[in-house]
Amino acid sequence: MSQGPAKRKTKPIKSNIFDVVPAPAELPKNVIQKNIERVRGTCQGGEGFVEVGVADLFINWCRKSSLWYLFYATACCGIELMQGGASKYDFDRFGAVFRATPRQADLLLVCGTISHKMAERVQRLYHQMAEPKWVIAIGACTITGGPFYKDSYCVVKGVDLILPKVDVYVPGCPPRPEAFIDGIMNLQKLIMQTKNFGNKA
Amino acid sequence: MDAQAIFEKLKGKFGAAVVELQSGSFNPNFVVVDPRSIREICRFLKEDPELRFGSVMCISGVDYKDRFAVAYHLNSMELGHSIGIKAHLPHDNPSIPSVDPVWKAAIYQERETYDLVGIVFEGSCDPNRILLPDDWEGHPLRKDYQYPEHYHGIKI
Ligand code: SF4
Repeated sequence: MSQGPAKRKTKPIKSNIFDVVPAPAELPKNVIQKNIERVRGTCQGGEGFVEVGVADLFINWCRKSSLWYLFYATACCGIELMQGGASKYDFDRFGAVFRATPRQADLLLVCGTISHKMAERVQRLYHQMAEPKWVIAIGACTITGGPFYKDSYCVVKGVDLILPKVDVYVPGCPPRPEAFIDGIMNLQKLIMQTKNFGNKA
Repeated sequence: MDAQAIFEKLKGKFGAAVVELQSGSFNPNFVVVDPRSIREICRFLKEDPELRFGSVMCISGVDYKDRFAVAYHLNSMELGHSIGIKAHLPHDNPSIPSVDPVWKAAIYQERETYDLVGIVFEGSCDPNRILLPDDWEGHPLRKDYQYPEHYHGIKI
């Protein structure tokens, strides 16, 4: 990620998006400077540089700070999730809020036992969510079928069998709310590494 | 009223339709009855002023490999006594009259018994599956149930 700009020897530019909007405190000047990357492009007959690195940083920062999650909470893990959302652990301070509609959620939190009867509903909800979207699988049941792995006719043995991708797995039966928070923070790190424009690394 | 007295009362009323009393380590003790007269027996158990079994707590199906049984756990909250009723059914084509005209609470429990064990309740007002999807094949709590490989493309 960082070797690209260094090789092309771009001159640090003065103006970027954070001259227009206030930069968040967690993105200090040197991080912003490091991410400056310019891409040559043409526009209306002229030729110039489009500055993309900081835009990436900015967009990723927006996305990771407003992870509205659609929760699929069925069993004991769901109760643990409620605890995580309650005042003691308080997911809201990560910008992660419960949003029980696929249309406006960008994170699917699969949390609990998935029966075959419900599997198709989970799939449908996932496909109704707008891109970009992420999935966190929470708890042994979601990851592998958990205690129902053996000799169960009705439990799906892992959410990765029904969804195209899972970004973060949070193990446990049930995981503590601290583990949920760790999962969300890991996803935030993942989002910050995403390249949206320019030279995809 | 204890199980012995209930059994004798039923025996006096229904004669040969009441087969035996299974007492011993069971709690409650079970009265084995003929499945054909289950509805009349249940109505009597509910309406007789000395019995007044107002609630059916549990209806379950049992697979004994060579036959099935349906067990009804009845309780009288007013009189504070309870009894079990059991009816044996043949292994091929197990069916028994539904008792949902007697207790409304029987509807869900009979649906569950049908869903998982495959016992047919004749004259039930809602003879459908309750836990598994409608297009599920077989009844998973039968002893000879064969697990399918896939359900709608999802591996089981
Ligand atoms: S993983 Fe454990 S705690 Fe979570 S839903 Fe499954 S059984 Fe319950």
